[in-house]
Amino acid sequence: MDLSQALEIVSHTDPGMVRSNNEDSVASLAEKGLAVLADGMGGYNAGEVASGMATTVLTTELRQLLEEHAPHELDPQSGKKAAQKMLQEQVAKVNTSIYQAAQSQPQYAGMGTTLVVVLFYDNKMMAAHIGDSRLYRMRGDEFSQVTKDHSLLQEQIDAGMLTKEQAKHSSNKNLVTRALGIDPAVEPEIHEYDTLPGDIYLLCSDGLSDMVSDDDIGMALQALGANLELAAQQLVQMANDNGGRDNVSVILIKILREFPAGHGLASKLFGWFR
Amino acid sequence: MAKLILSMDGLVLKEIPLSKERTTIGRKPHNDIQIDNLAVSGEHAVIVTILADSFLEDLGSTNGTCVNGKTVKKHFLQNNDVIELGKYKLKYISEAVPGAAKAADFEKTMILRPGAMRKPPEPPHPPAAAGAPPGHAPAAPVAAAGTPKSHADTQIGITAASVAAAAATPPAPPTPVRHAMLKLLSGANTGKELELTKPLTTLGKPGVQVAVITRRPQGFFITHVEGANKPIVNGKPIELQAHALNDHDIIELAGVKVEFFFKP
Repeated sequence: MDLSQALEIVSHTDPGMVRSNNEDSVASLAEKGLAVLADGMGGYNAGEVASGMATTVLTTELRQLLEEHAPHELDPQSGKKAAQKMLQEQVAKVNTSIYQAAQSQPQYAGMGTTLVVVLFYDNKMMAAHIGDSRLYRMRGDEFSQVTKDHSLLQEQIDAGMLTKEQAKHSSNKNLVTRALGIDPAVEPEIHEYDTLPGDIYLLCSDGLSDMVSDDDIGMALQALGANLELAAQQLVQMANDNGGRDNVSVILIKILREFPAGHGLASKLFGWFR
Repeated sequence: MAKLILSMDGLVLKEIPLSKERTTIGRKPHNDIQIDNLAVSGEHAVIVTILADSFLEDLGSTNGTCVNGKTVKKHFLQNNDVIELGKYKLKYISEAVPGAAKAADFEKTMILRPGAMRKPPEPPHPPAAAGAPPGHAPAAPVAAAGTPKSHADTQIGITAASVAAAAATPPAPPTPVRHAMLKLLSGANTGKELELTKPLTTLGKPGVQVAVITRRPQGFFITHVEGANKPIVNGKPIELQAHALNDHDIIELAGVKVEFFFKP
C-alpha cells in the first residue's frame, strides 16, 4: 500500500552553531509510511557511523519487509502486529550490527546512537524509541510529547527527585540510559497509537528539545503547520538562534487523509468479484 | 568537582570538595562536615551528589537549614547557593575543571551504562518532590550512584565537569534589544496596535493567505507560509525566503495593510 498520498513528510538536519560535524541522521519513506531519526554518539566520527547505520539499515530492511508483509496483520506465532514484530526484530538486528562494528573496529569503540522510528499503517502508528530522541504530536491545539526519554534526568523526574522545571537546570543532561549499539541486546520501547487526519508528528533529536521549549515548538507547529517545510526550517532556526549547541534534526509528518488498510488477501480476492 | 566553602562571620574556615555521593553535615564527629556548635543538630543535613548535580536535604534538624535565606527541606543546589546552619555559612560552588573539555563537548550525548548506575528504586509514595519524607529520598541517589563506578568514570568525568560550566549560567534565549509593533492601517480594526512579543506571530487568514513574523536575535523577519499570493512589503512581493523587516515597513497581506515599526 502506497501511503505517499496520505502522509506528508519533511525532514531537516543541521550541525548546529557549535559542532562542525553532524552526528544525527534522518531517513524517511513516505510510500511505506516510515520515518527514522538517530542521534549518534562516540568519538571522532563514530557517532555519525552509528546513526547512519541505524537509519540506513532500518529503512532498507523495513522497506523489504513491508513489501512482503502487511504491517497491520497479526503474526500467528506471537499474536503481535506484524509492525511491532518487524520493528523489534530490525532494531535488534541494527543493534547487533553497530555493536559488532564497535567491538571489531578500534576507531568505532564505544559508538552508539539513540533512535526514534515511526511506521504508519491502517490509521495507526507504531513508534519505537531508544534514548532521548523524541516523538511529539500536535493534534488540534494540543501539543504533547509522546515518548518518554531513556535518560538519567527522566529517571530522576520519575523518582520525584527533580521537577520538570528543575530538570532544565540540571547538569546531568545528555546522559542516556539506553542506546543502540552499546550492549549486545537492547530493549526498544514500542507502542501503537491511533492517528487522525490533521495530526502532525515531530521526531527530533535533543538538539531541538534541549534548546527550544516545548511551548515554542508547539507554537511554531501551530503557526506553520500549513507549510511543513517552513515549519521544519523554523524549528532548526529556533534551536540555532538559542545557541545551537548540538546537532539539530527534525522530521515532520502530517496526516493528510485516512489510510485504512485493505484487509489481507481475502478482501483482495473479494474485491475482484465486487 | 563541586565544593563547599565553610565560613563564619565572613571568615573562610575550610573548603570541602563534594567527592562522595553522600556528604553529611552535623555536630557529631562522625559527620563528613562536623560543625561543633549547639545550633547545629547531631545529624543536621546531607548533600547527595549525583554526577554533577548536588541535592541538599535537611535531616529533621532542630533549627532547620536555610538556603539563600529560605528554609528548605530538600533543595537542588545551584552555583553560589549559600547554606546557613546557625552562624555558619556553606557556599556551594559547582566548579568545572578548567580545560577538561572544549566548549564543543558540552552537549555531547553519552550513554550511561546500565551497570554503572542502578535504576533508582520506585518511590513508595507518589513522586511529589517536595512532599517526599526526608528520610526516604536519599535512598535513591545512594543506590543510584552505587558501586561499579570505575568503568563509566572517564566518560562521565568529562561531561560532568564541562557541563557544570554551562549549567552555572542556564542559556537564556537571546532576545533582540528592540521591541517591535504592528499597526493596522486598513480594514475593520484600523489603528489597532499589536506588540510582537512572541517568537512567532502569524498574520492573515488560514487557507487564504498566511505569513509569519519571526523574532530572531538579528531582528524581525517576515516569511510566506501559505496562499497563492506572497505578502507585499513596501509595494513589492517578498521572495520565498525570510525577508528582514525595517522600521516603518508597510506590509500588505490578505487585503489588509499593516505597518511594522520599532517601539520608541
